[in-house]
Amino acid sequence: MAESQVEALRTALPRRRKTASLWADAVYRLGRNRAAVIGFAIVVLLTLTAIFAKYIAPYPYDVQDRPNANAVPAWMLSLFPMMKPYAVVSDKFLLGADYVGRDMLSRLIYGTQVSLSVAFVGPLIALFVGTVYGLVSGFFSRWVDNVMMRFVDLMYAFPSLLLIILMMAFFRSTFAQTEPGTFAYAMNKIDERFGGMLFIFIGIGLTAWMGTARLARGQVLSLREQDFVLAARALGASNTRIIFRHIMPNILGPLVITVTLAIPGYITTEAFLSFIGLGVNPPTPSWGSMISDGSQAIRTYPPQAILPALALSITMFAFNFLGDGLRDALDPRLRGTQ
Amino acid sequence: MGRFIVRRFLWTLLVLLVLSLITFALTRAVPGGPFDREKKLPEEIIRNLEAKYHLDEPYWKQYLRYLNDVFIPIIAKGEPKSLLEESLIDIKLWDDYHLRWINLGPSYSSRSRTVNDIIREQLPVSTQLGVVALTIALLIGVPMGIIAGLKQNTIWDYLGMSIAIFGVSVPVIAMGPILVWVFGVMLRWLPPTGWGAQPPYILFFIPRDLSWNFWRYVLMPAFALGLGQSAIIARLTRASLLQVIREDYIRTARAKGLPERLVVLRHALRNSLIPVVTVLGPMFAAIVTGTFVTEQIFGVPGLGKYFVTSVTNRDYPVIMGTILLYAIFLVMANLVVDITYAWLDPRIRYE
Repeated sequence: MAESQVEALRTALPRRRKTASLWADAVYRLGRNRAAVIGFAIVVLLTLTAIFAKYIAPYPYDVQDRPNANAVPAWMLSLFPMMKPYAVVSDKFLLGADYVGRDMLSRLIYGTQVSLSVAFVGPLIALFVGTVYGLVSGFFSRWVDNVMMRFVDLMYAFPSLLLIILMMAFFRSTFAQTEPGTFAYAMNKIDERFGGMLFIFIGIGLTAWMGTARLARGQVLSLREQDFVLAARALGASNTRIIFRHIMPNILGPLVITVTLAIPGYITTEAFLSFIGLGVNPPTPSWGSMISDGSQAIRTYPPQAILPALALSITMFAFNFLGDGLRDALDPRLRGTQ
Repeated sequence: MGRFIVRRFLWTLLVLLVLSLITFALTRAVPGGPFDREKKLPEEIIRNLEAKYHLDEPYWKQYLRYLNDVFIPIIAKGEPKSLLEESLIDIKLWDDYHLRWINLGPSYSSRSRTVNDIIREQLPVSTQLGVVALTIALLIGVPMGIIAGLKQNTIWDYLGMSIAIFGVSVPVIAMGPILVWVFGVMLRWLPPTGWGAQPPYILFFIPRDLSWNFWRYVLMPAFALGLGQSAIIARLTRASLLQVIREDYIRTARAKGLPERLVVLRHALRNSLIPVVTVLGPMFAAIVTGTFVTEQIFGVPGLGKYFVTSVTNRDYPVIMGTILLYAIFLVMANLVVDITYAWLDPRIRYE
């Protein structure tokens, strides 16, 4: 009887891989979460769009076609009939043109580059700096730990977005007017290359790492007393080896979750900064600055604000779904919290 | 509790001190002195101006002066002698004595107005918007979270959490234009731009006329600002309620035969709403920074809109002054939130 019960159980259970490592298991669970899969697909699509923007976009993002300024394609008039009396109707641009006659579609496509690079660089900085900081703080003596964590507490107490705005205002003003050959000038040149993104990365990076640092430290504190660390030490492993080979793989899961859940925050921060004029340098298109331009003309040409608003929202949805799914997949205990 | 408050208060002082150091360093490090004009001023005039604004003193002296101006309340006799001695808060105490606090100095772009003037004129409007947004966030978020939590895995739960995902995913700058277009332009229910309140205000910001004329302007921007926050509150309330409802004391309450209504009201709700206090700090921050974009989109004549304009005009004293003021406010708000939380949940004090 026992034999048959075991057999029945074996067939009833879903077929799983033989060795279910944490990550393989997570991928499996993620794949069964429909919202997360859709989110992931959109993120992949957006990433490809950002990488191949040059080939997909029908026009360059900065070429102005003044006669076609505020042009509206014919199909859009049926959606927004109030524009009929005054709009310049032209089918040259699939989604119309903005106030100086730049193709909306191309600018939306190039806009993915800004949002997506923030979505990837933000977490990378948070993960890298935060993890190293937390590992060092958690692993070494009480004294080092105390000093390092008090510093994080101090940074944490600042309203981070205000701090970013302050830094951006400072960067923009300081680096705008300097002589060639100086450090500021070099920074400014690099920033120009990135279309104004460098300072955004720095601004976000300055505040992004603190949460991960705290989390990593907490994890290390609970792990370093465990037997496998003692065993490694008994075998003569160095501190560095223990930290990176034994402890880090064990704390990576929760860190990845936190960092992924923070991505929508980075995207809104960038859009926010570009909206208030402290983000990317014009004419580099960012959805935030496009919404800012478009909302000036919301009564006459609503699509100019609504299209980038939709693009931004869809991206946010995708990353939110993906983040929630990843959290459920990597740490089922956290399901439903936050 | 007393020790906790003292410790927390000293910590806040330290944060404010570092904050002032950062803003001071940045204001002084910004290139282009305040007296740079297209046409260069004569050397001696610049020197006189710098002497007047104390810019010729050593940095540590300037910092102390700045600290004194911004953070230390003073009691002074008589009217301010010049624009430089004006303060944001000026309360008449007795006879000719005034309590003065927070002096943010002159603005470089408009010479007849100080940063204090600008903030005094624009801040009440932003405060009105922020308070209404906060109220909307709480009024939508808390009930939505409670219903979703009490009716877990029903249609109400899914509906509430879908709205919450929507609220979390559509940021203010995307929500704003969409609302303006739908309700302001297409349906014409509410005016797309403008503001309905006029000074003078009661208690610095409450308008005297709280009729429809005020509400029809404030509803849309406040909703755009509050919806995202209400989503966060709803999610947290739900999660916290779900956790509390599995606690032993809830089972005890049920076991002793308490009606379900009382179990929920007296035991579950009260305890589950405590963690919601913790989001208030980040929520204040989000609403404060949210006003920058909301006011711009909805044409609200508040400090946020003025801030964005001063970014364009590179009027750094206004930028730094606004940020500093908001930062002080948020740091203080966090202090209050933390103390409230420790008072509501005694376990926190011993951490």
